[in-house]
Amino acid sequence: MSQGTRDIEALIETMARLPGLGPRSARRAVLHLIKKRTALMAPLATIMAHVAASARECSRCGNIGTEEICAICANPARQTGEICVVEDVADLWAMERGQAFRGRYHVLGGTLSALDAVGPEELHIPRLLDRIADEGVTEVILALNATVDGQTTAHYIAEALEASGVQVTSLAQGVPIGGELDYLDDGTIQAALRARKRF
Amino acid sequence: MDWRDQGMLLSVRTHGETSAIIEVFTAQHGRHAGVVRGGVSRKIAPILQPGAQLDVAWRARLEDHIGAFTVEPLQSRTGVLSDRLALLGLNAVCALLHFVLPEREPHPALYVGSLALMDALAAGDDWVPRYLRWEMALLEELGFGLDLGRCAVTGGREDLAFVSPKTGRAVSREGAGEWAARLLPLPGVLMGQGGGSPSELADGLCTTGHFLEHRVAPALGNRPLPEARRRLVEALARAGRD
Repeated sequence: MSQGTRDIEALIETMARLPGLGPRSARRAVLHLIKKRTALMAPLATIMAHVAASARECSRCGNIGTEEICAICANPARQTGEICVVEDVADLWAMERGQAFRGRYHVLGGTLSALDAVGPEELHIPRLLDRIADEGVTEVILALNATVDGQTTAHYIAEALEASGVQVTSLAQGVPIGGELDYLDDGTIQAALRARKRF
Repeated sequence: MDWRDQGMLLSVRTHGETSAIIEVFTAQHGRHAGVVRGGVSRKIAPILQPGAQLDVAWRARLEDHIGAFTVEPLQSRTGVLSDRLALLGLNAVCALLHFVLPEREPHPALYVGSLALMDALAAGDDWVPRYLRWEMALLEELGFGLDLGRCAVTGGREDLAFVSPKTGRAVSREGAGEWAARLLPLPGVLMGQGGGSPSELADGLCTTGHFLEHRVAPALGNRPLPEARRRLVEALARAGRD
């Protein structure tokens, strides 16, 4: 195998490690990149090298950006006194896609897990408590997953914030938009019924 | 190799990009692991929450393979998500069963007791005394059962107030004498007398916790007890104070 072929094979092997790609799809992607190397591969390589050098965690909220403070935390218009607590950066990005929340975020970096021995120390909960004291926060919105681990974490944070006097709320749980009752599990129906509102 | 059974889900871990490895506690096959293909999909992931009651079919080419499960939900028990203490209770039950049970060894009596406790947790019934009795049953099942019938010193059945931390046998006030401070508390709730006040329940958990920590855990390779139990005990103590 020549050096050139080895490099391409190495690229395919690396690409195949990405989520959603296997060896065959990585091979297809690499072939596509090589065919479009001027229009696609070279700019992709440049931007990847740039992001690899500059990507970092926001020192306030835990979001990923290329500056010490992310664009959301740096935006004074988002200083609404509300902090939305999410498990992961992917959840933050999902909330931003919704464009419904105009406050700031706090990324925990995981959830409490009994089996994986993830305790409060492994999450960014102390940093959240510091922010509440420093940033004049009036409401903390717990946007954690409706799973056993997610809700265990939500209850833990709510309890940790009791003494701070800040209002603690959580996302509603129930019937999703476009959801049909017949296809919902009994737990979701129970939650929806408990959270019913005047129509 | 294949079988079908019902069981409660103890744990879920993602396996690759699309699958999950779950552990279920079943009546006839004990704690059993297996792969669920597509277990992290939007359709199946909501079913695979710890505490859920599942109908599981296990299949593998050889007995000692991990094998694959197909799962059908029977009862989700997600009602506990909004109840902080019950959620901690559910976490503690799942974590302790995961911690103490050997794989693929049936414990039908413990299964029935665990099922009843899970249902009480989901229903929000008065589950704390049941949890305490479940921990006693767990100790019994593992061979570390408490002998609370009569005093280890005097042989009497009256005024039993302590448990020996070494033998797990009851001790009366008279039998304890000056050793009382070194003995574990024996609240009435441990002997099935009433539902128990918060302080009695805390005493009971202190006693069962001692045997879990100093007898069961060392026998299982000296691993620390699951954090979930400590969190439950602390939360119950706080709730009792409030």
